Amino acid sequence: MHQQQPFDSSLEKPQFPGASAEFVDNLEFIQPNVISGIPVYRVMDRQGKIINPSEDPQLSKETVLNFYQKMTLLNTMDRILYESQRQGRISFYMTNYGEEGTHIGSAAALESNDIVFGQYREAGVLMYRGFPLDLFMAQCYANADDLGKGRQMPVHYGSKDLNFVTISSPLATQIPQAVGAAYALKRENMNRAVICYFGEGAASEGDAHAGFNFSATLECPMIFFCRNNGYAISTPTNEQYRGDGIAARGPGYGMLSIRVDGNDVFAVYNATKEARRRAVAENQPFLIEAMTYRIGHHSTSDDSSAYRSVDEVNYWDKQDHPISRLRHYMTARSWWSEDDERSWRKQSRKTVMEAFERAERRLKPNPELLFTDVYQEMIPSLSKQRESLFRHIQQYKEHYPLDLYEK
Amino acid sequence: MAAAAARLLIRGSHQTLPISSVGTGKQSCIGNALLTLSSGCNSRLKTQRRHAAHFTFQPDPVPTQYGSTQKMNLFQSITSALDNTLASDPTAVIFGEDVAFGGVFRCTVGLRDKYGKDRVFNTPLCEQGIVGFGIGAAVAGATAIAEIQFADYIFPAFDQIVNEAAKYRYRSGNLFDCGNLTIRAPWGCVGHGSLYHSQSPEAFFAHCPGIKIVIPRGPTQAKGLLLSCIADNNPCIFFEPKILYRAAVEQVPVDAYTIPLSQAEVLQEGSDVTLVAWGTQIHVLREVANMAQEKLGVSCEVIDLRTILPWDNETVCKVSGHHSIVSIIVGHFIIGI
Repeated sequence: MHQQQPFDSSLEKPQFPGASAEFVDNLEFIQPNVISGIPVYRVMDRQGKIINPSEDPQLSKETVLNFYQKMTLLNTMDRILYESQRQGRISFYMTNYGEEGTHIGSAAALESNDIVFGQYREAGVLMYRGFPLDLFMAQCYANADDLGKGRQMPVHYGSKDLNFVTISSPLATQIPQAVGAAYALKRENMNRAVICYFGEGAASEGDAHAGFNFSATLECPMIFFCRNNGYAISTPTNEQYRGDGIAARGPGYGMLSIRVDGNDVFAVYNATKEARRRAVAENQPFLIEAMTYRIGHHSTSDDSSAYRSVDEVNYWDKQDHPISRLRHYMTARSWWSEDDERSWRKQSRKTVMEAFERAERRLKPNPELLFTDVYQEMIPSLSKQRESLFRHIQQYKEHYPLDLYEK
Repeated sequence: MAAAAARLLIRGSHQTLPISSVGTGKQSCIGNALLTLSSGCNSRLKTQRRHAAHFTFQPDPVPTQYGSTQKMNLFQSITSALDNTLASDPTAVIFGEDVAFGGVFRCTVGLRDKYGKDRVFNTPLCEQGIVGFGIGAAVAGATAIAEIQFADYIFPAFDQIVNEAAKYRYRSGNLFDCGNLTIRAPWGCVGHGSLYHSQSPEAFFAHCPGIKIVIPRGPTQAKGLLLSCIADNNPCIFFEPKILYRAAVEQVPVDAYTIPLSQAEVLQEGSDVTLVAWGTQIHVLREVANMAQEKLGVSCEVIDLRTILPWDNETVCKVSGHHSIVSIIVGHFIIGI
C-alpha cells in the first residue's frame, strides 16, 4: 500500500511525494502481462474432485446440499420466468445460467447482516438469504405484494430485511455507493462488511474507477465481486479491455486481488470467506474476479446467437457448469442420487409453479402508489397531480385497465 | 474533474483578498488596454468600476428567537451549521475535495481538529465518486454531507444525483433511501470566475423529482436552511452563493436552528409588481424595487424563493394574484410567468 514517505533530503533516493520507488538508469517501459495472467484459483476440477485437500472447505453435507438446492431452485425459477416472458406474461427477464455458483458460493461466505449491492444478475444471493419465491414473482409481475410497489422493471429486486439493496438499471452506480456504505459500517464498528457485485462490462464505467479508488484511500471493509462472464450484451471482453481482465486492475488501486473459477462454488466460497475476514479485520477492500460464462442470452430482449456460436455456449452448459460440478462432488460422496435429483426437480418445479400462479392471479398495486415515495412526504404539487389523475380516471375510466389494480 | 489548475486562481483570490480587489494590476492594465484602446489603464477609477460589486448586500434583521448571535459572514455561518451538526449527530461525516484543511473557501476550517479525521476527510478528486459515496453512506444510515468544490463541477455526478439519489426511495418502495444526504456546492458568479467558476445549474436539477434544491441569500438564511437540508429526509442540494462567502456579514445565531424548506419569504410588501429571485439576485431585486419606487412610483413585492424544488408556488401565486406582472429570475435566466 502506498504510504507517502517522510521527506528526507539526505537520502540518495527519489523524494517525490507521489510514489515510493528507486531510481533506475536504463529506459524500460513496464509491460502488461496479458498472455500469462493472474492465475484462476480452483478447489475442485470439472468432475467435482478436490484438487488440493488443504483447500477443501470441508463443508457439511447439509451445507453442500443447501448450496445445490439453492442453485438448482434458481435455475428452475429462471426457466419458468424466462418462458413466461416469451409468452408475454411478464415484460422482461434476465436469467442467471452459468453464474449460479458465483452467487451461492459468495453469499454463503458472508454474514447475514453484511450489506449486498448488486447489478442485476445476482438473484442467487437473495435466494441463498431466503428471499421467498412469492416475492421474486411479485416483483417480476409488479403485483400488489411487490416490496418495490411495482415501480421497477422485472429482476430489480431488493430486500431491507435481507440487507440486499434494491437493484437499479444504471450500471456501476452501486459501486461507489457500496464504498460509502462500507465506510459508514466501519464507523459503526459492528463487525460488518459490504459486498458489491458487478459485471466485467460495468467495470468500464467511471463509477467503477471511483469506487475502487475511494475504497482504498478511505480504507473501507468491502469486497468487490466481479462476474467476468465474457460478454457485456454482445461486446466480447477484447472490446471491453486490453489488460489482464479486472483482477489485474486491483493492485493498481492498492487493493488485494484474486481471480477464481466462478464455476467452482468452493473456490468462490473460500475466496469470499477470506476476503471478508480480512476486510473487516484490516479495514481494507478486496477484489475478487470470478471467471465464468454467460450461458443464457443477455436478457429476454437479446438473441445471443447473433454474436456468438452455439458450440461455445454448449461447451459451458454441458461440460463446465457450476451446478453439474457440484453434483459430481455430491455424487462421489453418495450425498445425492438419481432419485434425489428426480424428486428434487419435481418438487422445486412444483414450488416455483405454485408461486408463479399465485403471483399471476394477484392484482397490481393501487395506482395511488405512483405518487408516494418520490419524497418522503407527499409534496403539494404531487398531491395535486394525484387528484387530477383520479378526477381524470373517474371521467374516462373505460379507457383504463382499472380492474387489474387494487382499489 | 480537471478543476485543479483553475481552482488555484479562485482559491488564491478568495483566501487572501477581499472581493473588491481581486486581480493583479498588471492583468487589469492589459485587459483595459485591449478593451478601451486607451492609455488610461492605470486609472484607479476604471479598475474600481470594473471590480465593483453588482449588488449591495442587505443584512437580515438580527434574529432574536434562537439565543445569542455572533457576527458571521456566509462561509462562517456554513461552518457553524456543520459544527452544530457534527456535535449533535455522531453519524454525521463531511467529505469532498480539500475539505480536511478547511476547504478552498474556508467553510470547514477547524472541524477536522474538533471532530476527528474519520468525520471530516478528503476524498480522491472525483465528483461521481463523492456523490455515489455519499449516497451509500446515507443508505447505511449515516448523515452524509458531501461537498462539490464548485457547482460547475457537479455535472460528472449528474447520473448519481438524477438516476440514483433522487429515485432511491421511490424505486425501492421505500425499503431504502438516501434522505440523509446533503450536497453542498459554491454557486453563482464571482466577478471573474468565467465559464467554470460561475455557473448556476439549479434549473438542470429542477427537472428532477426526488431531490430538493435550496439557495440562501445571506449568512442567517444559509445556516438555517442548511441545517434544514441536513435534517430533511430527502437528498438535498444546497448551493452557496460564493460571492457572498466573505461579502455578506450579519448577526447569526450560534446555536442550531432551522428555516423551513419549500417556503418562500416575502421580503417586501408591494402592490403593483411581484419580483421573485434567490441567492445574490435577491439583493439586486431589492435595489430594483427601490429604484422602481423612486423613479416610477411603482410598488414592488420582493420574494426570496429560497427553495427551488419543491418550490413554494402558493406564496408566489397568492402574493402575485392581484398583480399584472410576475418576473421569475433564475440566476441569469428569466423564465417568466
